[in-house]
Amino acid sequence: MRVSRRHFLKSSGALVVSFSATSLTSVGAMAQGPFDTHPSHIDPTKLDSWLAIGADGTVTAYTGKCDLGQGMFTVQTQLVAEELCVPIERVKLVECDTSVAPDQGTTSGSQSTPTNFNSGNLAQAAATAREALINLAARKWGEQAEQLVAVDGVITGKSGRRIAYGELIGKKSFNIPLSTTAKRRSPQQWVVLGKPVPSLDRIALMTGQFEFVHNVRVPGMLHGRVVRPPEVGATVTSVMESSVKQIPGFVKVVVLKDFVGVVAEKQMQAAQAARQLKVEWNPGPGLPAQASYYDNLREQPSQSTLIVDSKDVAQQIIKAKTSVGATYRYPYQLHGSVGASCAVADVKGDRATVWSATQSVYPTRNVVAKLLGIPQDNVRVIYVRGSGCYGLNGADAVSFDAALLSHAVGRPVRVQLSRQDEMAWENFGAACVVEQRAGTDEKGGIVAWHCESWITSRGGRPGYDQPGNVITGVLAGYAPELPNPEAAKEPTGKLRNRNNVVPSYVAGCVGGLCGGGGNIRSERVISHTVASPFFTGPLRSPARIQNTFAHECFMDEISAQAKADPVAFRLQYLSDGRIADVVKAAAKAGKWESRPSPKPDIPRTGIVSGRGIACVAYEGDNGYAALVAEVEVDLGTGRIHPRRFTVAVDCGPISNPDGLRNQTEGGILQGTSRALLEVVTWDDKRITSTDWETYNSLYLGFDLPMVEVTFIDRQDVPATGAGETAITVVPAAIGNAIFDATGCRLREVPFTAERMMAALRARG
Amino acid sequence: MSMISLKVNGRQHTLELDPETPLLFVLNDELGLRAPKFGCGMAQCGACTVIVRRQAMRSCVMPVSAVREDEVVTLEGLGSAEKPHPIQEAFMAEGAAQCGFCLSGVILTAKAALDEKPQASDEEIREALGGVLCRCFAHLRMLRAIRKYADSRKA
Ligand code: FES
Ligand code: FES
Repeated sequence: MRVSRRHFLKSSGALVVSFSATSLTSVGAMAQGPFDTHPSHIDPTKLDSWLAIGADGTVTAYTGKCDLGQGMFTVQTQLVAEELCVPIERVKLVECDTSVAPDQGTTSGSQSTPTNFNSGNLAQAAATAREALINLAARKWGEQAEQLVAVDGVITGKSGRRIAYGELIGKKSFNIPLSTTAKRRSPQQWVVLGKPVPSLDRIALMTGQFEFVHNVRVPGMLHGRVVRPPEVGATVTSVMESSVKQIPGFVKVVVLKDFVGVVAEKQMQAAQAARQLKVEWNPGPGLPAQASYYDNLREQPSQSTLIVDSKDVAQQIIKAKTSVGATYRYPYQLHGSVGASCAVADVKGDRATVWSATQSVYPTRNVVAKLLGIPQDNVRVIYVRGSGCYGLNGADAVSFDAALLSHAVGRPVRVQLSRQDEMAWENFGAACVVEQRAGTDEKGGIVAWHCESWITSRGGRPGYDQPGNVITGVLAGYAPELPNPEAAKEPTGKLRNRNNVVPSYVAGCVGGLCGGGGNIRSERVISHTVASPFFTGPLRSPARIQNTFAHECFMDEISAQAKADPVAFRLQYLSDGRIADVVKAAAKAGKWESRPSPKPDIPRTGIVSGRGIACVAYEGDNGYAALVAEVEVDLGTGRIHPRRFTVAVDCGPISNPDGLRNQTEGGILQGTSRALLEVVTWDDKRITSTDWETYNSLYLGFDLPMVEVTFIDRQDVPATGAGETAITVVPAAIGNAIFDATGCRLREVPFTAERMMAALRARG
Repeated sequence: MSMISLKVNGRQHTLELDPETPLLFVLNDELGLRAPKFGCGMAQCGACTVIVRRQAMRSCVMPVSAVREDEVVTLEGLGSAEKPHPIQEAFMAEGAAQCGFCLSGVILTAKAALDEKPQASDEEIREALGGVLCRCFAHLRMLRAIRKYADSRKA
């Protein structure tokens, strides 16, 4: 089953003869990847690990960042074409296959663009290759490299001589390290990057030909299903194989501690066996009541982190003319991919191949090896796109499920999770409580800001060696990673606002270095991580969306108390020019009406409307967005209806404006769904939001708001992430618009009609 | 087990099957078709949509025996890469997808609705799509593509 990289390259038409002398069998202490990864058998410091040029001039490029539906395939293909000066059709990109692609960890966290488009990795590899080809030609002709130009895969010399890449590199590999000095093409020179190249997969997608992991079929393949516990924390007492033996096509019941699965010839038989299998379970410990869950969070032991502390906040707040305080609540939410997760594994003896939609092929390879007790180098994980994931959905867990079942039967097994398996056991976006307090002067200006938050955690990405971070691993006997209760220590080093725990308006000073986005000097931010009863994991804008909701709504509350215009008030406190610029751009494009909120003379019946703004410096410095939301609220029903969004985004130089627009529009609507409807629910034993009737999402029938997108295209700065910036500001912008329209402040997501009605009644 | 004869995308097949098997599993597993997807298995999302008797049907809850003599059309049967159907072309032109997992539901449901009522208003189109999910939220582009297709038919 295994294909060596050398073989792969041959069969893929690329001519590489002396491929970096590293074959899969001589894996040892290879170079550590530059991106938090493990030593890999494919050395990322060598050019040949990233690309190869065939005799016909075809460029085969290898990337460890895959397309999850966010457009990474197209934009990375553009990148290689641009840096190598070849037409886009000549580039063949191979994504995330542990037998041929370098280890780039996980495709997540808006890190793919910063990783592969800035000063290293794929971009630098392509630039290195172009430079090396030009040098080869220069040497061949005895000309000066600077006088040669490369266009469309052909180098032309001063003398007018021409040579194609394929001819030049001949049957050789480059055999050189990635150059750190190879010159990148500047955005001013771009001919392929920066253009709205339509997604390269669109024809296959629209005509139904595209292969998803759900479509992978291998010879001799069986079908598996899992039987998850009936309640959180339940453990297996006994399993009666006899209850399903008579089902036609039945192959095996697999039990491994608390992991239970069935394998059958056909999918329907497997599904039937999973339904009928009699399993006795020890009950779980029970769950905390949902109604008092947020209050309960604060009572729990926590792992606490003090992020900034100017040591004078308590005093300043006492001294201040007035103080404002508010508490914000954000629920557990689902990735809820449209497709329930699926994977195929083929385990024979001590070798395994897994076709998986994981965002992390190398980490998955290591965890599969650990679960099966086989060497890592014997496992190949091949990424095949799944249903859009938005973070850690069931893709990793189902890959482990498939590996365990295939291992038990010695044949390839495809596992399709049921909707309930997916929704009850995925790693939810974390629930969070944020308590804010500010001291204000006689004009309502901010003199001190205090922010304390509690966020939940259990498991997360399995990484290279933590199977217990997702359900399958726990059932198979591994423990999840949990917060380590400890008291907060004094902050050290420069502020890194990775989770946006720190509001944009404070100075963020630690040891004299100020890394915040604002100018409020009296500041204290502390966060507590608390054990969650449910698995949690990154969900598009993890922790950032929760914190930003609290910061940006609170800023609005302070601004309302000061009777100030929310845009002007924000700008007073922002020292980071890039945040200020997106705020101004969104306000301008959204024709922001400058006045305090709420709107004067709000009617008491009928439909009212209002506008709100919110902004973020995503992860402190990884992309900037500001959003103006205009909403209508039906005072009779409490229904909230967003009518228009105007968003301004700055993510540095834009690689593909069409892809960025698509991500931004999708982010805004996904954010709207999460702000208005989405919440995970549970009873005293189990998750109760396990399908689309019990977990709400905005269907396509939703009366869509207008979405206007404005980009600030900066070419003089590094590229940042862009997939998560826009969504981050949506709940706050909507919340602020609701306040503007009604005078009611909703401090808990989702903003359901019931919550809106309750707030309207309380307002009187 | 019984012999089932089934016409899919213009081709006749005879299969030995449990007649209760959901049509979706037959299309995916027996006929190797890729477009209809397992999303929920409970008629809640539309990912498994096919067209039967001119209507968008959810193949995850439709036993194969219920198809009878009628032809099943999947997204790949609607048009090909070389000769896409105009609604597929409209989706390509608008770049109306992210991951694309939901497309059978979106495109086929819209097509069936517009076949039934070519002059459908935006609101009627929305109503038809009331039970179709896209969790990447490519809604704006999808609705634009559908409108474009509807208008081109009128013209
Ligand atoms: S899979 Fe059939 S409707 Fe969801
Ligand atoms: S495009 Fe991903 S679910 Fe619709």
